[in-house]
Amino acid sequence: MAIDNGKVMELLGGKFAEAVVESQEFRGDLTVVVALDKLHEVLRFLHDDDTLHYDHLSDVVGIDRLPRKPRFEVVYVLHSMDDFRRLIVKVMVGEGEEVPTATDIWNSANWPEREVFDMFGVAFAGHPDLRRIFMWDDFDGHPLRKDFPLRGKDFDKRWDPDQIQVL
Amino acid sequence: MAEGKLLTINMGPHHPATHGVLRLVLELDGETIVKVTPHIGHLHRGIEKIAESMNYQQVIPLTDRFDYTAATLNNLGYCTAVEKLLGIEVPKRAQYIRVIMSELARIMGHHLWIGSHALDIGAMTVVFYAFRDREMIMNMTEEVSGYRLTPSYLRIGGVARDITPDFVKFLRDFIKWFPTAVAGYNTLLTDNIIWRQRTMDIGVISREDAINYGLTGPSLRGSGVAYDLRKAMPYSSYDDFDFQIPVGEKGDVYDRYLVRMEEFLQSLKIIEQALENLPEGPVNVDNPWITNPDLGAVQEDISALIRRFKIQCQGPEVPVGEVYHAVEGSKGELGFYLVGDGTEHPYRMKVRSPCFILVSALEKMMLGHMIADAIAIIGSIDIVLGEIDR
Repeated sequence: MAIDNGKVMELLGGKFAEAVVESQEFRGDLTVVVALDKLHEVLRFLHDDDTLHYDHLSDVVGIDRLPRKPRFEVVYVLHSMDDFRRLIVKVMVGEGEEVPTATDIWNSANWPEREVFDMFGVAFAGHPDLRRIFMWDDFDGHPLRKDFPLRGKDFDKRWDPDQIQVL
Repeated sequence: MAEGKLLTINMGPHHPATHGVLRLVLELDGETIVKVTPHIGHLHRGIEKIAESMNYQQVIPLTDRFDYTAATLNNLGYCTAVEKLLGIEVPKRAQYIRVIMSELARIMGHHLWIGSHALDIGAMTVVFYAFRDREMIMNMTEEVSGYRLTPSYLRIGGVARDITPDFVKFLRDFIKWFPTAVAGYNTLLTDNIIWRQRTMDIGVISREDAINYGLTGPSLRGSGVAYDLRKAMPYSSYDDFDFQIPVGEKGDVYDRYLVRMEEFLQSLKIIEQALENLPEGPVNVDNPWITNPDLGAVQEDISALIRRFKIQCQGPEVPVGEVYHAVEGSKGELGFYLVGDGTEHPYRMKVRSPCFILVSALEKMMLGHMIADAIAIIGSIDIVLGEIDR
């Protein structure tokens, strides 16, 4: 049984009327903005509910909206293997705020959340293994933030062989 | 070794069987794997950051560098995502040409997979046959786009140029030849007792786990889930073609192997239908602010000159909005999350790389197996590090 975006909103809005801050449809994709403190509850419901049953998490995306406050957006792209539906859940995160992890719901959230942490510095509370993923461990800064320079911070530094430390 | 003591070994990043620069830290109890920690990022080029300073047309060559074994599929994913954001429809002929080139790219990707996968496990002959046929596709790609490995053939709103009669001739020869070639790969591997013993019941992942760990593409279909974006959410006219989605049963290395072997023939079937039913017409969308005017018009018409200059320098301006669009790459769901802010630069481009998620599920598949099986499992999920590290 295929259910459309209106039905999804009806089910979600009926249960979490105060948690859903905003919803919009753009080019056929439904995006739902959820309050940060209700995020985990909403995601749990979307996964467990028999009708909605979003059993597949495609991706977790971070977005930096620099001058705006709250500064970051974290986007969960959910997918249902029952009838191939997609739902985009978005949450606004201020600087220094923590997002509850979704790894206990979908194991596939593990690495994408690490990537958001690495690239934006958004921490995920309760994540089992929150380390940097692309950059090395003592890297300074978060590259995909809008105030991080495109050429990097140390592009004009010369390589000095005397500074190399052999571990 | 003493009872209960674990041995930690480092595999990679320069290990021929890790298909690039993947580093795995394996903890072993005897020869049995008890813990796997993948380390990635050795090939990180910051493509998502670079894309933010470029215009939409300029990003296309960057996307070739994700999964460089099947580059046109990345172009397709990116271009269809931008077109979704712009809200434009590409002409039917361009869609069919895109399908032909993408399916050729998928076959190319699978060629590299079967060659290296068999080589890792010890069957050396297959790689020579696979690369012989891969060479044919590369020649065809060169004929139509001018490049062999990273063609950047697609454009926003269409393709770079129409296909040539020589290309059609090469393609017809290839369609005639390729089933024989696939039968050859099958003879070498499918009933080979050594191959079966090395791959059957290795790296099993159940249907539920495969979905929960985010697997997509042939790795997910090997576990019995018939999820193929070409059928599930058709794009670029894939709903016009008649083809099957092969699925496995157990979700072991052998099932994933069989799924990909069948995909060779299904891709060929799609190419055949697209070539036979190729409609006439333009290969670019009829929109003056997206499609370049041709050089003849530029010589004669000042407004065409200005438009060409503007399109080359700025590219299309996209509306404010956010879209997620995914296509079926040769490794799985290749998604692009694009944020447009009304200017000519993408505000944010996030790539949902199938291999990135597949590597994160490696531990689930590897635990309890021997170290030699780790090689078979890495080969079976078909990873490309250019796509993982981006």
